[in-house]
Amino acid sequence: MVIGKVSKKRKVNIGAMKALMYASVFVTCALVVFLVGYILVKGFPNISWKLISTKPSYLSGDIGILPDILNTLYIILATLLVVLPLSVGAAVYLTEYAKNQKIVSAIEYAAETLSGIPSIIYGLVGMLFFCQFLNMKTSLLAGAMTLVIMNLPIVMRTTQESLKTVPQSYREGAFGLGAGKWRVIRTVVLPECVDGVVTGCILSVGRILGESAALLFTAGFAHTLNGVLKALTSSGATLTVSLYVYAKEQGEFEVAFAIAAILMILTLIVNLFADFAAWYFKRRKNI
Amino acid sequence: MKKKAKAIESAVHGVFLILGLITVGAVLLISIYLIISGIPAIKEIGLTHFLFGKEWAATEAEAKFGILPFILTSIYGTAGAVFIGTPIGFFTAVYLAKIAPPKLKHLVSSAVSLLAGIPSVVYGLVGMLVLVPAIRNIFHVADGASLLAAIIVLSVIVLPSIIKVSLTALEAVPKEYEEGSLALGSTSVETYFRISIPAAKNGIATAIVLGVGRAIGEAMAVIMVSGNVANMPNLFESVRFLTTAVSSEMSYVSTGSLHQQALFSIALVLFLFIMLINATLNFFLKKKKEG
Repeated sequence: MVIGKVSKKRKVNIGAMKALMYASVFVTCALVVFLVGYILVKGFPNISWKLISTKPSYLSGDIGILPDILNTLYIILATLLVVLPLSVGAAVYLTEYAKNQKIVSAIEYAAETLSGIPSIIYGLVGMLFFCQFLNMKTSLLAGAMTLVIMNLPIVMRTTQESLKTVPQSYREGAFGLGAGKWRVIRTVVLPECVDGVVTGCILSVGRILGESAALLFTAGFAHTLNGVLKALTSSGATLTVSLYVYAKEQGEFEVAFAIAAILMILTLIVNLFADFAAWYFKRRKNI
Repeated sequence: MKKKAKAIESAVHGVFLILGLITVGAVLLISIYLIISGIPAIKEIGLTHFLFGKEWAATEAEAKFGILPFILTSIYGTAGAVFIGTPIGFFTAVYLAKIAPPKLKHLVSSAVSLLAGIPSVVYGLVGMLVLVPAIRNIFHVADGASLLAAIIVLSVIVLPSIIKVSLTALEAVPKEYEEGSLALGSTSVETYFRISIPAAKNGIATAIVLGVGRAIGEAMAVIMVSGNVANMPNLFESVRFLTTAVSSEMSYVSTGSLHQQALFSIALVLFLFIMLINATLNFFLKKKKEG
């Protein structure tokens, strides 16, 4: 492409930069391949039907992770159930109602601050506020409430982005027909921001699956098998927390790797869902 | 009828306002709780003794609460992780943004997203069983659980956020800048490094600051590979971070004791670090918007 001569010094420089780029990409890809491969190879042989369908038994010394799987599921559902109305409401307020620029920037600054706070601090404050002050004790519910605060900015951000893409003319058309503001939001604006809400949910599920530090002191690490309501009010370990306990405290590495492999597969599925949702909503918007 | 409709409208407005203010309330709640529960121990121990004391022996008869080892370990660990993670992430991002063919770019981006989604305890587990023994064998030390192991694990953890944010910044550089440089006789690689990167520098700075935030706040992966002994930081010795100091002792301290209060004070110090990082982040974001 370049006409004329490129000096030797420049060539050496260009070559060095290229080499560094290729080396970096190689390191990144090799890391991913190694991590995924290593965990699946070490973990898969240890996953058995018995492991994922029973609870741990002290009598026989067997370990089962069914309670942990269910706890993870409950905590995801409870968190989403609470975080969805809160964060969608906050996003609607910011894009549809807020006129005062000071309030808007305060809310956005707060959301940014929340997404920067490390999970261990959420765990600590969750323990003080939900478990002790609100007297929820160490329970899945307290854990879920802590995760609600953590995930608030995520769902709020994605919903806000998608609310911004709703054409102003839709709102004006509805207002022109005599609809009140609340009715316009309910019937015209909200149905158009489903994509942002779904994307936010997928991101939150990924975050909840991987969370451990915030749950250690709020949800605890019991492995008892309970029904939904009983489970929410009692202490329970999610998959990540039980991985930590099995690996660090009990030295049960086979179980730990089995859980790691399960988590890895779930992470893959969550990422595929996120890709699919992005593709699906983009296609729908283009029609 | 009209009056009723108006009442409903203003009620709805009020509800949305409250929902909007929840994030602000949450930040206030966290700040106030940390300050209220963190101050008493600092008062009792003394600020300089607490921050600059070199010894942490909370369970002994003559308890010592100096957190300098934790502060320095957190700073060294974060610096090391960012020092390793930034160049790898940065060059990967340049390659993905400017050179990679679309299919390869999509594939590598998905791989990076996967890396970002892996739970930190999984990193900890692999670090514990692969990295720690490797360090013990390569450097012939008694225990591989060390600051070095933590730095390596942290640099893998910060990698995806550095790549993603720099990638977005590099992609936003206007095409005209690059075309101008090419027209003046630069080769494409020269253009990327002389024109595109300086143009995206605020975005790249944001990526690095985000990485610092992630590294300093990480607890579970670090607790599994760093050995968790309150030593002054040394590359090949067992160390304890601000985060791991809180998480490792919180489960067994008795409620209301000075020891527990001191752990809250550690969390407060960590929180102040994070606030400092947030302020830096906002500075770069603002600059990015302006320039």
